[in-house]
Amino acid sequence: MKNSVNREIPERVDNYGEVTPFNGAFTLIPTMNRQAPRVKSCLPGDIKLVDSLEEVFRRIPVKDGMTLSFHHHLRNGDYVLNMVMDTAAKLGLRNLKVAASSIHLVHAPLVAHMKSGVVTEIDTSYLGGEAAKAVSAGILDKPVILRSHGGRPRAIECGQLKIDVAFIAASAADDCGNLNGVSGPSACGSLGYAMADAEYADWVVAVTDNLVEYPLAPISIPQTRVDYVVRVDCIGDPKGIVSSTTNITRDPIGLRIAQTAAKVIEAAGLIKPGFSFQTGVGGASLAVAHYLGKMLEAKGVTAGFALGGITGTMVDLLNKGLVKRIIDVQGFDLDAVRSLASNPDHVEISGSFYASPFNAGCAVNRLDTVVLGATEIDVHFNVNVVTGSDGVIMGGSGGHSDAAAGAKVTVIVANLLRGRLPTVVDNVLTVTTPGETIDVLVTERGIAVNPLRQDLKKAMSDAGLPLVDIRELKEEAESIAGIPRQIVTKDRIVALVEYRDGSIIDVVRQTEI
Amino acid sequence: MRKVTKIAQAGSIESNDAIITIVPGEAGSGVSTDIESSVLIQYGDAIKQVIAKTLAEQSISDVCVKVIDRGALDCTIRARVLAALLRTGVELKEVFVDAAEKNDAVYSGK
Amino acid sequence: MRLRRTMQFIPGNNPGMVQNGGVLGADSIILDVEDAITLREKDAARLLVASALHSINFYKSEKVVRINSIDTFAREDINMIVPCGPEAILIPKTHCAADVHQVVEWIKAVERPGQKPVKLIPQIESPQGLIEAYAIAVADPRVEALALGAEDYTATLSAQRTKEGTEILTMRMIVVNAAAAAGIQSIDTPFTDVNDEDGLIRDTLLAKQLGFKGKLSINPRHVDIIHQVFSPTAKEVEWALRIISGLKQAAKEGSGVITVDGKMVDKPIVDRAERVVQLARTLGLLKEAEK
Repeated sequence: MKNSVNREIPERVDNYGEVTPFNGAFTLIPTMNRQAPRVKSCLPGDIKLVDSLEEVFRRIPVKDGMTLSFHHHLRNGDYVLNMVMDTAAKLGLRNLKVAASSIHLVHAPLVAHMKSGVVTEIDTSYLGGEAAKAVSAGILDKPVILRSHGGRPRAIECGQLKIDVAFIAASAADDCGNLNGVSGPSACGSLGYAMADAEYADWVVAVTDNLVEYPLAPISIPQTRVDYVVRVDCIGDPKGIVSSTTNITRDPIGLRIAQTAAKVIEAAGLIKPGFSFQTGVGGASLAVAHYLGKMLEAKGVTAGFALGGITGTMVDLLNKGLVKRIIDVQGFDLDAVRSLASNPDHVEISGSFYASPFNAGCAVNRLDTVVLGATEIDVHFNVNVVTGSDGVIMGGSGGHSDAAAGAKVTVIVANLLRGRLPTVVDNVLTVTTPGETIDVLVTERGIAVNPLRQDLKKAMSDAGLPLVDIRELKEEAESIAGIPRQIVTKDRIVALVEYRDGSIIDVVRQTEI
Repeated sequence: MRKVTKIAQAGSIESNDAIITIVPGEAGSGVSTDIESSVLIQYGDAIKQVIAKTLAEQSISDVCVKVIDRGALDCTIRARVLAALLRTGVELKEVFVDAAEKNDAVYSGK
Repeated sequence: MRLRRTMQFIPGNNPGMVQNGGVLGADSIILDVEDAITLREKDAARLLVASALHSINFYKSEKVVRINSIDTFAREDINMIVPCGPEAILIPKTHCAADVHQVVEWIKAVERPGQKPVKLIPQIESPQGLIEAYAIAVADPRVEALALGAEDYTATLSAQRTKEGTEILTMRMIVVNAAAAAGIQSIDTPFTDVNDEDGLIRDTLLAKQLGFKGKLSINPRHVDIIHQVFSPTAKEVEWALRIISGLKQAAKEGSGVITVDGKMVDKPIVDRAERVVQLARTLGLLKEAEK
């Protein structure tokens, strides 16, 4: 069947259930109740501290077919997911589902587990590296479920993603299972993406390399749902949090794009007291925060809050008094981690608070603007951040579709050509974020405004910013690089792309190679 | 048609560049290409065509052209093929012959 | 004469940078086959630059090529590159008017009939070139600007090259004057510290103060900064517009000389005001009513 962005999707998928086709970003209103996880008990004198992951596996016990969950706050410096899955493999477990909020390059060992049948399903918001390539090549029988950062906690809360055992890496824990991510040598900042798991999983196992005296303070995740605490030598390397996607670009073209994006935001009349913004991963997006900071300074305006995905640039703005508060669901670098630990105006929130569409209001709804990247964008302004133009999975929505839906003005920054490949195409290979939520595309060769936003078009023109039709940008890219041959995929579906509201917006098919 | 009598190379593996190596081929083998590219699916055919066209313009035959491409545009591949050719000792025939017409168009309108 | 506030060097053998040359926002881009290119790669760079001029759209930036010096490969460069339509050629290490004549002769031999004549920008990089600056400036009608190359110049003198630039002050002043006397533009030497933005601003302000019309740039991140310095400030534009409207008013009332801000407005001030307004108009700094 076709959904409202004209993508062919299946009616039912075995490991997922009935498919609700995407029908618009704001049309699905929930009518269900939340799921109710089992009630736990703990007697005085019960000891949660366990010597090893193997022991935890035995106590629960972890069985074949279970769903194990992980957060990705240590990003590419995480050791815990690999340690847990290696333990599972060692104990001879099979057919496990890995429900990680993101899977990064460091999780390449998953490929071996997928090959051997230890892991047969994946549910995540971002899939990169070797694991992604293997999935695209068809290593799993069942399609991967790709959700957004807001959709994952929604699915957990509403019972669509049932977690048997949540493994929560914490840089500081006490022996009753109070956890935070701001204290200790492996501090990674906010634990926002672990909070729904902690509340709803049948079993919750804290994994820490830093056990402190009871009670821990501050507490991000309370002891009341934590069953076991395992101490390991090291949960990860915080330096691995920073990667090429969380560093500001130094490329002059990227900087020009960022500067222009800041001008677009100014032209939209948003730089006013109380201004709120978010910048996504990708060097050019992060650079925009820098230029916005300069504008705030020049105009003597104080912004209301910065949301995200928090970097040192935003922390800088907070410290200079150019922004009043930071709302943090994830630390992108160690400056963010340190600021969360020490500044009361820098607050930690859960993934659900950040972006779930099925609660009484999430943080992205309050955004004036968000600046995001794109691997591809089509002439209808649909954005692809899931597959590269070779069809191989190299990402996932993350918070992309959430922030785009919530913000008043959504700006995409992208080089018109990535290497030789045009970023603007007739139809993106995989729709992640629907065009109706994307307002402006800024490239180094022109700015295009979504025809749905005549108000923004006028504002840009009034400010003297030259605009072009997005089709002109596509043609410009093709006149420079030549028209690319379309890649051909096989029919078999290797991943479902779920929109934040639980409908399916697109699928990813197996690549030829 | 002219022949090539030694191996030569031009270009680099920097992003947006290509390394072109021209190797003398068997008599009657025409132009054969061996392309490794980061955008093989999307532009493999285009790369082949530019090489063929450039060599034809220079009346070169019986060569094997090895390409390691990192997303080079047509004009870059063309330039690298010509440079490799020059380095094999071939004297280049006049290149970019319609440049004048194209540039007049640029001056008069854009 | 076109604006040349920034002239951005781009290594001519680097396809990634060449193909994005038009996006940097510089008034001119200089595809360099001289100092940016090693000896072994001169042949490949020459072909790449020719190919790029033939195929790549550089939008509003002027297409300039810095050829090799006359005593090395200038002729080969001209033979291959001129037919591809560069708008101007930057001649490095120009020592005397005869150098300019030689380049013109070589260009004319390969310029196509109907091709727009290639302009020349001799670069003064030596004491001898400095002494001959005026003769070089008037050597041929194709010469549109004189540029400075302070690194080679100070090396020849065994003088110390510093950021604050006392050692090149005379060189700067002579070139500015020679160019002005010849009715052409003067372009200042590049600021070579890639990371020192404050130093760049000071150096560019000095160049503007001395009368230079633009500056060579070796880093794309310098382009916007240099433009800001060379663009009239809002205050300067407002002052200039008051002069012009004051004059219009005086002409209407039939009075002769006027004063603005307590200063008598004589011809030099009128000329300066008109230049500022003209520049502001070109840069799109005037509001509709002011145009």
